[in-house]
Amino acid sequence: MKEEHGHRPGKKTYKYGMVIDLDKCTGCGACMVACMAENNISFRKDETNKLVSNFWMRVYKITNGRSFPDTDVCYIPRPCMHCEGHGHHHHTPCVSVCPACATDYDHETGIVSQIYTRCFGCRYCMAACPYHARVFNWWDPSWPKGMEKYLSPDVSPRMRGVVEKCTFCHHRLQRARNKTYSEGRREIREDEYQTACTQACPAGAITFGDLKNPEHKVHKLVEEGKKKKIAFRLLEKLGTNPKVYYVSTKDWVQKAADVYLGEEGKPVTHA
Amino acid sequence: MSTTEEKEKTVAEGEQETAEHAAAPEQLEPVTWRFLIPIVLFGVGFVVSLFIGWVIFPKIIYCEKHQPIDFSHSVHQEAVDEGCESCHFFREDGSFSGIPKLENCAECHEEAMGENPEEAKLIEKYVEPGKEIPWLTYASQPDCVFFSHAAHIKMAELECAACHGRIGDSDHTRPYQCNILTGYSRDIWGWNIAGMGKNAWDWMKMDDSARMKMDRPARMKMDDCGDCHEKRGTSNACFVCHK
Repeated sequence: MKEEHGHRPGKKTYKYGMVIDLDKCTGCGACMVACMAENNISFRKDETNKLVSNFWMRVYKITNGRSFPDTDVCYIPRPCMHCEGHGHHHHTPCVSVCPACATDYDHETGIVSQIYTRCFGCRYCMAACPYHARVFNWWDPSWPKGMEKYLSPDVSPRMRGVVEKCTFCHHRLQRARNKTYSEGRREIREDEYQTACTQACPAGAITFGDLKNPEHKVHKLVEEGKKKKIAFRLLEKLGTNPKVYYVSTKDWVQKAADVYLGEEGKPVTHA
Repeated sequence: MSTTEEKEKTVAEGEQETAEHAAAPEQLEPVTWRFLIPIVLFGVGFVVSLFIGWVIFPKIIYCEKHQPIDFSHSVHQEAVDEGCESCHFFREDGSFSGIPKLENCAECHEEAMGENPEEAKLIEKYVEPGKEIPWLTYASQPDCVFFSHAAHIKMAELECAACHGRIGDSDHTRPYQCNILTGYSRDIWGWNIAGMGKNAWDWMKMDDSARMKMDRPARMKMDDCGDCHEKRGTSNACFVCHK
C-alpha cells in the first residue's frame, strides 16, 4: 500500500523541516491561530472540549513536576513531523498504513501529503501517528455567517469523515513554485516559502527551511544544536525520523521529549 | 367433477399425444426459423440499450447552457499582438488570470467598435451597468485540484492548445455542458461516452501536434494529468496537483 514518489535522478530535491526553539516559545498560541486562519480550519461553538477540536498546530504544556521554587514550565508547539523514516524503503508511520493511498511521502520536498477526496476516514493513520498530528472531521466544516469570505481559495476545505493534518502550508510552496517558474527559475529561495506559523510567531521561536541546504537557517540551527547537544526530536527512539527539530537547553525538557524512562532502557538509535 | 369424467379426459389427452407423436416428422420444417427469435430479440434489446446508454443517457445527464455572449476567438486573435496571453495573462506573482474580467473587455469595448449584435449586447448588458460577464468555465476543475499554468506554459513550454484544443481559432462559443449530478463541465469528464477512440482515453497519449488539431479538449481527468506527467518524467506526487 506504500505510495512513495519522487525518486527521479538529477532533479533538485528539498528536505523541508522546522526548528522550534523551546527556550523562546512563550506558549502564546499565535501559531495555532495563524494555522487555523491560513488553512481554513473550522471551529466549534465551544472550543474548550479539546477532544473534538481540530488543530494542525497544537501547543502542549509540560511541567517538570516539581514544587515551588523548582517548578518549571515548557510549551511545545507540535505541527506534523513529516517523518522521513529510515532505510531504503523508508517508513512514514501514517503513509505505510493508509489503505487508500490518500497520503504519500514526497521525496522531492519531504512533505507528507493528505488528499481529502481520496481519504475514506478509516483513521488508521491517526492510530499509527505517534504524535497525534492527525485529526478527524466528525462534522462538516462550518463558519459563523459571513466568515466564509475570509477563507483561503488556495486551501481546499475538508468534508465530514476525512482525516486532515498539517501540510507545512504546502499551498505556499505551490504559490512559490508559480512565481519561480514564471521568472524562469527552478530553485525556490528560503524567503519565498515560509509557513504561516513561522511568520506568526512573535518570539521568533519557529524557523522553517530546507534542512539539506547549508545556507538555510534551519540547517545551521540543527548543526549548531547537535554540536551543543541541545537539539532533539520528539520520540526519537521510535525511529520515525521526524523533520521537526526542537532546541532546548533544559535537560528535563529533552528527556521528556523522548519519554525518558531512566534506567529502564536505552533509546533505540538508527544508523 | 366426477371420477369418470376425469378418466375420460385423461384418455382423450393420451389419444391426442399419440396423434401428435405420429404427425411430428411432417411438422419439422416450419419449426426451423424459431431459433432465430431469441437472437433477434437479444439483438434488438442490445441495440436499444446501446441507444439509451450512448445517446439518451448523455442527453439526460448533461445540462446544456449557452455562454452569455457568443464570443469569437478568431476575430480577437487577429486584433491582438501577443496571442492568448493578451487577454489570458500571467500576474506578477506567477498566478494565471484565467477568463478576463470585464475591465479587460472594456479597455477596447468602452464604446461599440462595430455593428455586431453580440458586441451591442456586451456594451448594453455588461459594460454600461458595470456588471461582470457570467462566463461558463469549460475547464473548471474540482476544488481539491491545484493547477499551475506557469509550470506548464513557462517551464514546460506547452502550447495552450495542447490541453485546451484549438479554442483560440473558434468563431463561436460552443455550448457548455455540465453533469447535472456532479456539476462539473463535460470537458473534465470527457466527450465520448463510449470511452473509446481517439477522443477519450487516448487524449493524453496523443502527440501534442495531434491534440492541437482538435477543437476542444476530450478529457481533463486526473488520469490524463498523471499519464502526461509519467510520460514526461514529471513528479506524480499527490501534492503536485492537489491542494
